[in-house]
Amino acid sequence: MQHSKLLETSVGLFVALGLVSLFFLAMQVSNLADVTGDARGYRVTARFQNVGSLKVRATVSMAGVRVGRVSAIRFDKESYEAVVDLTIDPQFDTIPSDTTASILTQGLLGEQYVGLSPGAESEYLKEGDKIDLTQSAMVLEQVISRFLFDKAENGDKRASETPEQTQVTPAAPVASPIPEAVVPGEGAIPDVQQESAPAGAIQ
Amino acid sequence: MMENPFQRLGRFTLEAMQKLGRANFFMAHVLLGSVDLLLRPRLLISQMFFVGVMSVLIVAVSGLFVGMVLGLQGYNVLSDFGAEQTLGVMVAASLVRELGPVVTALLFSGRAGSALTAEIGLMKTTEQLAGMEMMAVDPLRRVVAPRFFAGVASMPLLAALFSMVGVMGGYFVGVGLLGVDDGAFWSQMVAKIDFYDDIVNGVIKSAVFGVVVTWIAVYEGYDAVPTAEGVSRATTRSVVYSAFAVLGWDFVLTAMMFGDH
Repeated sequence: MQHSKLLETSVGLFVALGLVSLFFLAMQVSNLADVTGDARGYRVTARFQNVGSLKVRATVSMAGVRVGRVSAIRFDKESYEAVVDLTIDPQFDTIPSDTTASILTQGLLGEQYVGLSPGAESEYLKEGDKIDLTQSAMVLEQVISRFLFDKAENGDKRASETPEQTQVTPAAPVASPIPEAVVPGEGAIPDVQQESAPAGAIQ
Repeated sequence: MMENPFQRLGRFTLEAMQKLGRANFFMAHVLLGSVDLLLRPRLLISQMFFVGVMSVLIVAVSGLFVGMVLGLQGYNVLSDFGAEQTLGVMVAASLVRELGPVVTALLFSGRAGSALTAEIGLMKTTEQLAGMEMMAVDPLRRVVAPRFFAGVASMPLLAALFSMVGVMGGYFVGVGLLGVDDGAFWSQMVAKIDFYDDIVNGVIKSAVFGVVVTWIAVYEGYDAVPTAEGVSRATTRSVVYSAFAVLGWDFVLTAMMFGDH
């Protein structure tokens, strides 16, 4: 009898150990705790010209702190915009209604996330609200081509330039009075132009 | 009379098919016998002791070392890209998706599967199974079913234990010895490992492997030629077939679970 009790206890311990391991994997290793936490909170929508490679369940952060998650990304076929649903955790209920949402990248090659920068309104965002001020994802190719055009406009045609690039430069002075006019070909997204506007101002 | 190669190939194929068919009838019989097991859970518990509890040590120690090696190797490669922070993701993903279920199943077939085959094979050789039948006790219900279900129940638990200990091993080497940031190790892991895609699929994998390995083990024992040599061959076959089946099924399951990403 004593032996069988020991046997049963050890089997019980084994099963408990296995279940504890599963629990550990679920809670500590995987995102289960975050996913189940998402059900709560209020939902606001934001429209973007371009969401880049933003994914559902990406982080929504404010001042670098996670305040919620992206719960859905849809395409609006009338306005050709992306509609992103953000679920904000309920304890962050004092976000001003004129907050700006921008799609940012963690590190150089990291995941994309939605960053919120607070506005000054005294009204707060609530369930079903829409964020009007948005800034699209930065598309690296557009930024690089923009940078190259700026370089060309500056007349920086010394050294290391390939023959194709020097061919572009003569055209640049013609376009230079209106810097943005050079770009619309590839920079059809207004937000990118907004971003680079300060760079133009420096010129 | 010597048979020519074609005859030999034909005989080999027919025998293999016959064996496969027998194994399926055998399994159907065992599953039918599982109802009895609900009435006598003690049989299952004592088998879980031999199959599960006795495998804990080898699984835990192997998991620890596999995790430590993953931490070391992963660090060497990832530090070339300045991405040591993702070491936790690499260790945890490889453990819960692949190494946990597969290595546990291979260890399990060596530790528990071979013992099951030898035990049942020896019971057959010493005519204990025939003796049970004489007493109107169905050996498939009394002997095979508890062992089979004990194996099926133990495998997912052992695989989860392996993965958990492996993550700890990776943490020990990565954070403790190599100086990866503690917070980044866990937070990147939590951010990248998905509960349904990774953990649940890993558990499904280990349950399938549990069925495959234990099925092969009990069937090879039950089907062994009742001689000393027959039992030894059956034990070898049990381990070899289990390894093939686990690795083959692993590919199929991986293609089904992770193929569309």
